[in-house]
Amino acid sequence: MNKIRELLDGHIVDYVESDMTTVTVEKAKLKKVLSLLKEDINLKFTQLIDLCAVDYVEYGDSEWQTKEATSTGYNRGIRPSSHSRIDFSNETNEDEYDLCVTYHLLSITHNKRIRVKCFLDDDSLIIPSVTDLFASADWYEREAYDLFGVLFEGHNDLRRILTDYGFIGHPFRKKFPLVGNTQVRYDPEQRKVVNEPVDIEPRTLVPKVIRKK
Amino acid sequence: MSDYKNFTMNFGPQHPAAHGVLRLILEMDGEVIRSADPHIGLLHRATEKLAESKPYNQNIGYMDRLDYVSMMCNEHAYVLAIEDIMKLDIPERSKYIRVMFDEITRILNHLLWLGAHALDIGAMSVFLYAFREREDLMDCYEAVSGTRMHATYYRPGGVAKDLPNIMPKYMLNKNQNLDQVEKLNYNREGSLLDFIDSFIDRFPKNVDEYENLLTDNRIWKQRTVGIGVVSPDRAIDLGFTGPMLRGSGVEWDLRKKEPYEIYKNLEFDIPVGTEGDSYDRYLVRMQEMRESAKIIKQCCDWLKNDNGDFISSNNKIAPPDRDDMKENMESLIHHFKLFSEGYCLPVGETYKCVEAPKGEFGIYMISDGANKPYRLKIRAPGFPHLASLDEMAKGHMLSDVVTIIGTQDIVFGEIDR
Repeated sequence: MNKIRELLDGHIVDYVESDMTTVTVEKAKLKKVLSLLKEDINLKFTQLIDLCAVDYVEYGDSEWQTKEATSTGYNRGIRPSSHSRIDFSNETNEDEYDLCVTYHLLSITHNKRIRVKCFLDDDSLIIPSVTDLFASADWYEREAYDLFGVLFEGHNDLRRILTDYGFIGHPFRKKFPLVGNTQVRYDPEQRKVVNEPVDIEPRTLVPKVIRKK
Repeated sequence: MSDYKNFTMNFGPQHPAAHGVLRLILEMDGEVIRSADPHIGLLHRATEKLAESKPYNQNIGYMDRLDYVSMMCNEHAYVLAIEDIMKLDIPERSKYIRVMFDEITRILNHLLWLGAHALDIGAMSVFLYAFREREDLMDCYEAVSGTRMHATYYRPGGVAKDLPNIMPKYMLNKNQNLDQVEKLNYNREGSLLDFIDSFIDRFPKNVDEYENLLTDNRIWKQRTVGIGVVSPDRAIDLGFTGPMLRGSGVEWDLRKKEPYEIYKNLEFDIPVGTEGDSYDRYLVRMQEMRESAKIIKQCCDWLKNDNGDFISSNNKIAPPDRDDMKENMESLIHHFKLFSEGYCLPVGETYKCVEAPKGEFGIYMISDGANKPYRLKIRAPGFPHLASLDEMAKGHMLSDVVTIIGTQDIVFGEIDR
């Protein structure tokens, strides 16, 4: 759709036609692009269908190298790539991340969809909130904050939404261990529910492999 | 008497009308809701993260457990996303089977919604009637997949098994005599399709029964008319989809607007509301059940005259024939690789959605070329619906909150994921 290309000319850094039109924007232009898409009479992308964050830090990494298999055999007990733990002694969690926020818009008037991607390429986790453009962004942004730690500037009520009260960390980042950092149990002596560091070992059932054709 | 103050009330998470584990913090001015703050996440299982650690096919079972009253629709969006990334064409027969079970699922979901919604606002008997019909549809699930709820029936490339030629029957037991058992088995003598046919023949009359109990019922109308009104523009802005959007008068149904599988070959109508209140959404869902029955009938007729494949013959993604595996080396290798390592998808990303009973259920999948999804985002229809609870409940009475939770058709499996 060249209409979108014309309209957004100069505001976007990338334009791809895949399963749907996908445009990539810089953080500074994000709100401008979204409001153009929403307001334009020929597009009318008035519904924010979905908003989610993606952590690209392990993109394309394979857990199981098979090139040398003929001489070395396969290693069965591989460690999962995401096993970094919070160090409770100094409370600093030096996670690596490479976050992107993806917006899926729908135009009910013209039956069209568009995906807008915005990478948080500098070290700041802050991105402008779009709650003033789309009411549905409210909880989606809370979710992205909770699970990935993206900070939405201008959101009125950026609380955690899915994780437990008092949870530490952002669990959907790739470097967050799948088994978690803490476990909960009832302690009969203290007569209360206690949190303690998790005592199961992370493991991989099926290794992640990338086979190039 | 003028120094009454607003007070805060906790509703749930263990409350029968909270439909699972919803905790609401209500700020009340007497009986009137000033604000409602839903606390969700009590059923959060990190499905998306779990899915990123498992090969593609092992995640189908997780999809069932999202919206656990519309199991197969969730699977459908997931397998569609995989098929879209690998650009895979599937046999016509499997498309019809999927559509037929999507609609069976829609009836299952709407029956549970109807029963629970009516029960919440005081009508006991509808629940019992609705569950009578659900039982038969769950038998259909069981006949094709072996389980009554979490079917894992849809697979990339088609469906797991072909439709069975016999329908399981009730057996003689100490609680029922021969006459009673024979009566229960009256429509189970033929194949699954015959059984579905006989169900569809009687189902519109069953819907009449439910409507008879509710549609013109004075109490039902008092509890639903004018409750939770959402204007069309506001519904779009709030991210509503499915019956919630159609109840507000927006004619939007993915089965018509972005027809997937074979929906474009079928004849059915999209019911829409006019007022956008709970009563309209009730009427929309009731009519949807009738439309679903029409679709199932059309699929049934088509499937009876067809003997095609139920799953793709591409053994890179679909398991080879059992007999073949014993004699053919290629098939043995395919089988072994498929069930140990799985298969790798090409690099790419896609968003695929289906019209699930609750609205648009979407899967946003990113593949980095591996045998597991790199990122799987589940777009649950209930999530934006519940997000609007504050807006919908504001100014209504405490008892209307229950109506609004009911009319939103909340299921926490999909909202908390």
